[in-house]
Amino acid sequence: MIHARGLTKTYTLKKTSVDAVRGVDLDVEAGQLVAFLGPNGAGKSTCLRMLTGLLPPTSGTARVAGHDVTTEAAAVRARIGYIGQKGGAGEAFRIGDELVTQGRCYGLTRRDARSRAEELLTVVGLDGLFARKPSTLSGGQRRRLDIALGLMNRPPLLFLDEPSTGLDPASRADIWAHILRLRADHGTTLFLTTHYLEEADTMAERVVVIDQGRIIADGTARALKADLAGDRLTVTLHDPADAPRAAELAAGLPGAAEIAADGPRLTLRVAAADRALPEFLRALDAAGLKAEAAESTRPTLDDVFLALTGRTIEDEDA
Amino acid sequence: MTFLRDTATIFSREFAPVWRDPLSLVFTMAQPLLFLYLFGPLLEQGTQTPGPAWQWFVPGILIMMCLSGPLMAGYFLLLDLIGGSMERLLVTPVSRTALLVGRTLKEFVVLLAQAVLIIGLAVPLGLDLHVPGVLTGLTLLVVFGIGLGGLSFVLAIVSAPGGELFYGVTQVVMFPLLLLSGVLLPVENGPGWLQTAAALNPVTYVVEAERALFAGRFLDAPVVGGAAAAVVTALLGLHLARRRMARGL
Repeated sequence: MIHARGLTKTYTLKKTSVDAVRGVDLDVEAGQLVAFLGPNGAGKSTCLRMLTGLLPPTSGTARVAGHDVTTEAAAVRARIGYIGQKGGAGEAFRIGDELVTQGRCYGLTRRDARSRAEELLTVVGLDGLFARKPSTLSGGQRRRLDIALGLMNRPPLLFLDEPSTGLDPASRADIWAHILRLRADHGTTLFLTTHYLEEADTMAERVVVIDQGRIIADGTARALKADLAGDRLTVTLHDPADAPRAAELAAGLPGAAEIAADGPRLTLRVAAADRALPEFLRALDAAGLKAEAAESTRPTLDDVFLALTGRTIEDEDA
Repeated sequence: MTFLRDTATIFSREFAPVWRDPLSLVFTMAQPLLFLYLFGPLLEQGTQTPGPAWQWFVPGILIMMCLSGPLMAGYFLLLDLIGGSMERLLVTPVSRTALLVGRTLKEFVVLLAQAVLIIGLAVPLGLDLHVPGVLTGLTLLVVFGIGLGGLSFVLAIVSAPGGELFYGVTQVVMFPLLLLSGVLLPVENGPGWLQTAAALNPVTYVVEAERALFAGRFLDAPVVGGAAAAVVTALLGLHLARRRMARGL
């Protein structure tokens, strides 16, 4: 569905050139749900704008929905949907009129555009609001309107740029329900950017991490966390004097790293906490060391980002 | 064919708010109407104008509208650029040129409707109607408006997403262009430096051409000068707008 090779974008801002994207290779197969993750300014939106034909790449090629974005832009545009960061409907227009315009832009007749508009308003739960203006809608309703605009041409591939940013938790869940239903009903390939880590974590089957214009990790959230960050174990011993002995035992666990003792508390990283924790407790028991408390924490994608770059995503946002 | 259909699509999008609220047409005409009724009679009393006052003043009011109308086209484009609707339209297969031409067309229709209204209101006040001249004058106005619209689109695109540049430039440029074109009072009565400045102002030539046409004089030198100024403005505006669009927004 998406095949990008060596995609770069260099902007010239006030006579200094900025390399926003520095060589992105990416393949997305039909039906995938991919989250494009990275801090602000990492190049997420620039990549998206190149893949949707909004921005000509400085170099490199991309085939999207079977066509080249530069030489066959019209064919690409006919086959993709795009939901941008900002509201898609103009403030001066009735929302139904905007949907009809959108349909006409995809070549529908006025009558077909009108019936498709009514249909989409129903799909996103805005039926009866045809004559309203965007300013009278709630934040969640506006986002649903954006989704309706993006679905006009029944695209097999839909790009979403931060679809849930700025929404309250209930609206976010609602938007996600719509996105996931699209996928279930039509097998739509979804490519979205987000900087909500937990969203990428729970919703996407594949996470592509971008930083400073380069892809630095690509895989399932689970694999990325296991490979790059690992789980964290914290065991509190009855006797602080046992800590060095316990640390020796911990070193034998699969994937053990970053073992540290602070008084009776021993912390370490392991590949899979669910298996490592019982094993560690049995080993402590066999050695005659008494553990008083034990807990494991799963890593977040932020830990992955930290492991990859030494920074957290939130640092970048601040 | 696709281009024409796309242009019609964008035109009807832009025109729908006017269609649904025709009174807005009159409100955006408030300034020219005020000039017509509150300033025009002052000229009629005096002897400042060469020839009959209404014949001289009405073309000037039309130019006033022609300067503000197409600039509004840029303003509406800026709003769509600041919001996400321009981006949304750019992802569809709609023709990029149609996105601008459709918008410009809407401003024409509005401008023509307002011009016809002003002329209609000026006739009872004493405007002598030379129909062929007026029609040619309106055509010239539209050509000039295309160019101004194009320039205003480029300014809007360059100003996005902040928009300050757009408001700044339009405020700073509009009034000097207007005052230095002899729209309100004849520049011939002014000091030499002001006449020089007026001679450098393309709007001056268009105003002079309109005045000649409204008087029914087709073969006057000002008509040629005004037509040239309008055509050059149109070509320049369209060229710059197309070039800027090709670079991606």
